[in-house]
Amino acid sequence: MSTPLSGPGSATQTPGRGPVDSRPPRSRAAHHAPITLSGLVGKVLLLGLTAGIAVWAAFPLIDGEKWAGLALLAATTAGLFYLYLTRRHIPAKYLVPGTLFLIAFQVIPVLYTASTAFTNFGDGHRGSKDEAIVAIQTSSVTQLPGSTEYALSVATKGDPATGPLVFLVTDPATGTVSAGDTGGLRQLDADDVAVATGGKVTAADGYTVLNFGQASARSKEITDLVVPTAGGALRSSGLSRAYEGKAVRAYEAGCDCVRDTATGQTWTADEEVGAFVAADGERLAQGWKINVGLRNFTRVLTDENISGPFLGTLIWNFAFAIGSTGGTFLLGMLIALVLHSPRMRGTNLYRVLLVLPYAMPSFAMLLAWRDMFNADFGLINNLFGLDVDWFGQPWTARFAVILVQLWLGYPYMFLVATGALQAIPRELTEATSVDGASPWQSFRAVTLPLLLVALSPLLISSFAYNFNNFNAIYLTTEGAPFPADNPTNGATDLLITYTYRLAFGGQGAEFGFAAAISLFIFAIVAVVSTVGFRRTRKQEEVYS
Amino acid sequence: MRIRTAGVVALFALALAASGCGGDSDKPAAKESPKAAGGKLVIWADDKRTAALKPFAEKFGTENGVTVEVQAVSKDLQTNFVTASQQGSGPDVVVGAHDWIGNLVQNGAIEPVQLAAAQKSAFNETAIKAVTFNGQLFGVPYAQENLALIRNTELAPEAPKTIEDLVASGKKLKAEKKATETLCLQVGQNGDAYHIYPLYTSAGGYLFGAAANGDYDPKDLGVGKPASIEAFKKIGALGEKGEGVLKRSIADTNSIATFTGKKCAYLVSGPWAVADVKKANIKYDISAIPGFAGGKEAQPFVGVQAFYVAAKGKNKALAQEFVANYTTTPELAVALYNAEPRPPALTAALDQVKGSDPDLAKFQEAGRNGQVLPAIPAMAAIWDPFGKAEAAVIGGADPTSTITAAGKTISGQIK
Repeated sequence: MSTPLSGPGSATQTPGRGPVDSRPPRSRAAHHAPITLSGLVGKVLLLGLTAGIAVWAAFPLIDGEKWAGLALLAATTAGLFYLYLTRRHIPAKYLVPGTLFLIAFQVIPVLYTASTAFTNFGDGHRGSKDEAIVAIQTSSVTQLPGSTEYALSVATKGDPATGPLVFLVTDPATGTVSAGDTGGLRQLDADDVAVATGGKVTAADGYTVLNFGQASARSKEITDLVVPTAGGALRSSGLSRAYEGKAVRAYEAGCDCVRDTATGQTWTADEEVGAFVAADGERLAQGWKINVGLRNFTRVLTDENISGPFLGTLIWNFAFAIGSTGGTFLLGMLIALVLHSPRMRGTNLYRVLLVLPYAMPSFAMLLAWRDMFNADFGLINNLFGLDVDWFGQPWTARFAVILVQLWLGYPYMFLVATGALQAIPRELTEATSVDGASPWQSFRAVTLPLLLVALSPLLISSFAYNFNNFNAIYLTTEGAPFPADNPTNGATDLLITYTYRLAFGGQGAEFGFAAAISLFIFAIVAVVSTVGFRRTRKQEEVYS
Repeated sequence: MRIRTAGVVALFALALAASGCGGDSDKPAAKESPKAAGGKLVIWADDKRTAALKPFAEKFGTENGVTVEVQAVSKDLQTNFVTASQQGSGPDVVVGAHDWIGNLVQNGAIEPVQLAAAQKSAFNETAIKAVTFNGQLFGVPYAQENLALIRNTELAPEAPKTIEDLVASGKKLKAEKKATETLCLQVGQNGDAYHIYPLYTSAGGYLFGAAANGDYDPKDLGVGKPASIEAFKKIGALGEKGEGVLKRSIADTNSIATFTGKKCAYLVSGPWAVADVKKANIKYDISAIPGFAGGKEAQPFVGVQAFYVAAKGKNKALAQEFVANYTTTPELAVALYNAEPRPPALTAALDQVKGSDPDLAKFQEAGRNGQVLPAIPAMAAIWDPFGKAEAAVIGGADPTSTITAAGKTISGQIK
């Protein structure tokens, strides 16, 4: 039942109509592209690279005993090798690399952000409870008042690299040398030891004194070695001094609390906030990371400081994004139209000049513009003889940031509009003029719609970019001007700069809260983009 | 044929993988070899200090048979250090400002350093106080800095005794067209709490009260209290709607340049400004920042640069040895001074360089009555709202409502 158009011997190439069973199972292999040398070399190199990366990634995983991660790595690598060494699964060969990169660079960061939003992760709440306890205890080790400072040498009775460690300490007052380990201090006979000036033991009978190199190789054992004494314990301070110190604060598992042995005060673990809290509400600074459920999200919705100025900021945010995108588009397109005119001369020179702002680093340009808007010393006021406090009043500041965006962004729009214009056949506009349309009518009815079909996706992405254009605000006004009675929300603040201040401007960074806010912003941008793309699709259906 | 191709591919890939493998097994081996001879110490510092530290780090390394690596982290050193140390990839020693201590401690990133009494007494008292947090010494200071009044002696030969004197002489210079600004004190669009603080204290304001152990008490917030409102009334009187001495258009970007351009006779800045002033060939002198007539002393913040031992470093014993016993030597302090001229915290080192650099003693004298910049985490909540309130008041806003609102914002952010 092959179609009349198909040539001789093409029966297997017209699937769908004929009985499927009639095809020999291996017929597909016969149509594979021949193996070329460059193809083979490329395949070998890429697979070799994959294996190399896998091996490189495996070592830290083994070191950290992350077996699940290792299994995933092995499975992915084996899967990739299978996929590209077999001749089957052609579509998968094309899809898998993109999918892997999508997972690595899009899905995982988004999931990580989303999961962070449900925690209190931030300064003071970075690690686990155990880490917090260790930090509390070690930072409370103090030298016993009036206790002796010993000169220290680290020694061992066995092999310098593995033998059990001993502290050889010299009392500076009496000059007596003692050996200390977890069993306590034992005084050594003065005849058995050689002491350098300053009190450090250089040799002792029966002991090997470790040099700095050998000792520092066993750093962790040295810092962990605590020699019990009557008053507290002897600890090392570096490799040449020892002191009698005591951890004033200790964790007690019975009450799940930290007790200060000097004052008797206790701080009980509060799993609701991830910190040790005293009866009077005082918290120990070192907390831990906990799940807070929806608390970050409810805070965004219920906190007056956030929900109060939210609407105003959102409206300005839309105005900024639309103003930046629309303004740059209009200006870019106008210039592109002018340069597109066949009567225009020297277009290449103009094009080079016009693209200059695009070629300069926007980071530096934003700072330069900020200085140009300075009320007393800025170029703009001086050049035009104005006395405008640009960043000091809401509307001038808003105008200024959009103006800067216009300058930075129009070359891009100019470039893409030029490209799109060149793709529109001149016959179309010529036809309209033959039909008696004015240039404006022909632009309105033919050129603009065709331009928009090509540029709409770019406009939408430019909108989404400007909606979250942190640098544009942070490097120029920093959100200023601020109302005198509200230092948290300024007239030019975008949602992203405003929430950045909320999440990172206070007492330490709050990554969990910041993640929750970014999910809200993501939702807003996603809705706007979806609506935009839907409209574009309708437009394409009309004009294509 | 097909099987053979697959075999060839697999073989090549395995060979490549093996070479990748080989390259990797080299690395641990390379790590192993210095380990056998000695440990490795990793130090993180900013660009300038990295260069100054390198020769000393190398000397320490060769003297003791260990490898010392000084790595420059040019941006966000504190944040990078906290993040890296949480992941276990941080350094053993980090160099930074003392007001990081609160945040580093709450993240469990640094450990106390045990100094002998004799070692401690070799330092300037203020510097030791700055690195003491919760009664524990958390770092070894090497330099300290504070603001002072730098004046162009050709325009203003006499050091002003009060702000009023300064304003009067500055205005006279303006009237004589010798200068265009009265005072270069950076404010900026969003304020600058650090630079306005001396005037704030002179007018009677404070940030945090003192706790029983001498630390700052975050529960006793001075911003928003009547005294702070009175202080800002005085500051506002110097602002744009008043005397026009303090201006938002003078910011961190142009304050020093305006002074070196001889557009103002007085500059409030720190030791970092001196290099530019010298380059501009300006005859200058340094004195304490004057206070308001009849007011309190103007107290600048005193900041300290220090070495810290990372709590999660791999080689803590060696790090402690380096920080407690090596950075306390005057030679290193002098070298760091040569890299960037800030007064050394070690008294012996300061005496050594004082002779060749008279500015140091003057800066130190200007900071004699200074207040240690609070290192408590709550201080992070001060900077932004306080600065903005300052900018608003200087721009002419009502001090009472502005400062009350700033106090409310700050106390809302302090946990």
